[in-house]
Amino acid sequence: MPDATPEPLLTVEKLRVRFRTPTRVVEAVRGISFAVGREKVGIVGESGSGKSMTARALLRLVPPPGEVSADRLRVAGVDLLAADAKTMRDIRGRRISMVLQDPKFSLNPVMAVGRQIAEAYRAHHRASRTDARRRALEMLRAVRIRDPERVYDAYPHEVSGGMGQRIMIAMMLAPDPDLLIADEPTSALDVTVQMQVLAILDDLVSRRGMGLLFISHDLDLVASFCDRVLVMYGGRIVETVDAANLHAARHPYTRGLLAAVPRLDRIGTELPVLKRDPAWLTGEDPAR
Amino acid sequence: MIEVDLLDVRFGRGPKAVHAVRGVSFKVAKRETFGIVGESGSGKSTVLRVLSGLLHGWTGQVAIDGKPQGRKRAKAFHKLVQMVFQDPFASLHPRHTVDRLLSEPIAIHGLGNADGRIARALDEVGLGREFRFRYPHQLSGGQRQRIAIARALILEPRILLLDEPTSALDVSIQAEILNLLMRVRAEHGLTCVLVSHNLAVVAHLCDRLAVMNAGTVVEEMPVDRLRTGTPREPYTRQLLRASQGYDRKVVETFG
Repeated sequence: MPDATPEPLLTVEKLRVRFRTPTRVVEAVRGISFAVGREKVGIVGESGSGKSMTARALLRLVPPPGEVSADRLRVAGVDLLAADAKTMRDIRGRRISMVLQDPKFSLNPVMAVGRQIAEAYRAHHRASRTDARRRALEMLRAVRIRDPERVYDAYPHEVSGGMGQRIMIAMMLAPDPDLLIADEPTSALDVTVQMQVLAILDDLVSRRGMGLLFISHDLDLVASFCDRVLVMYGGRIVETVDAANLHAARHPYTRGLLAAVPRLDRIGTELPVLKRDPAWLTGEDPAR
Repeated sequence: MIEVDLLDVRFGRGPKAVHAVRGVSFKVAKRETFGIVGESGSGKSTVLRVLSGLLHGWTGQVAIDGKPQGRKRAKAFHKLVQMVFQDPFASLHPRHTVDRLLSEPIAIHGLGNADGRIARALDEVGLGREFRFRYPHQLSGGQRQRIAIARALILEPRILLLDEPTSALDVSIQAEILNLLMRVRAEHGLTCVLVSHNLAVVAHLCDRLAVMNAGTVVEEMPVDRLRTGTPREPYTRQLLRASQGYDRKVVETFG
């Protein structure tokens, strides 16, 4: 029996990730809740804010001794908390795909890139080699690679960083996932290439009705690209804002981050430095 | 203070040679900060490595403080010119304490009063005395970059070369380091060359800048032209638009 109200693509309630070490317990993610529909949602935060750990927890890829707990963790109707290893393998790639920061480390160096894309497709769909190849070429075309036949047979070291990232995206999209998690997908790229890669993701969300969780440290980039932004600090979501209203953000952390970015229209003055308030870690927000 | 004329750098030989820098010329006046902006592979860091003497096998003229420079640099050169690198995780010796990192240049140049100099240098970059006997792994990225700046300043150089000094740092830490660089530059009357891919960072620190693409300087301009959004070259305009966030319509124009 389906629910009366449609369930969002991704539901996360009270997600926690903690690492127990012999000397102390590190709380990487402290009970965050959010939902993602067929939209572009950004997660912004500085290093150590827990944004990448959140993404890994969704795919159950938190390395030991990390412990993940949540009240609810559902993707496209599947309960991730109850899923066994086999179910998780079906989910990864098919339901949720993830694009990582640096294509150099995520592509298999001794396998032609086209075969890697075809393999990703065949892992989730019954298809002949010819069909998988056709699908891979189609994906390469979808990420605007001009000469897909040539690139299909190229090895990762033969392609540039921007091309490598597009190949990664093509591979992640081949199984047609419901949700794509992109963890700093463009920060290793030059600005112009970065914009082109974002345009590809943008089109995919609007054309295929895919959900996108876009993780980045770049507040301005996320605001200009996403629909909604979750701001993380110390393992908590301190604020959720509509991207268009980011500059009306209320939390002192968000405001501090925005002010610390050097901008072309105010040059040469001292930049305001972020003063961290310990209360941000516990959730007592002085602004509210 | 710095004069570069028709600098050419090639890596490798024969048909596979890479012509990384092609006939680059610029001048930097005393107490001026000059920026070099470009995307990866544009040759911007290579120019800086030639200036610092880290790279051999270039042709053209490089004069620093009126003296033409060759392949080998004298010891006095390194007292005059110091460099801060991009990655503070890679540029500090992992098994040396801050004290040893900072006392090495003092010993090499036979300056004496190491104690006083180290204390002063730590003060200057906003770190307390308690950092003196720590190892790099006990420091955060921002603190490491402060140590790298202290190490550069401890010889009281007159020229500071900065290679992407903040691109490995979070924005809030970047703001602190940029403020620090602006302060020490004013206090020491430094001449600086800053290399970065970030237009806003370059605009923030520099008086003039050169935009590089594929080994050549595409455009040299005062920073005001960037501020008012009126660069002359299409390449610079494209770079500027791309750095101002995502805009579907703008991406179409990149081709």
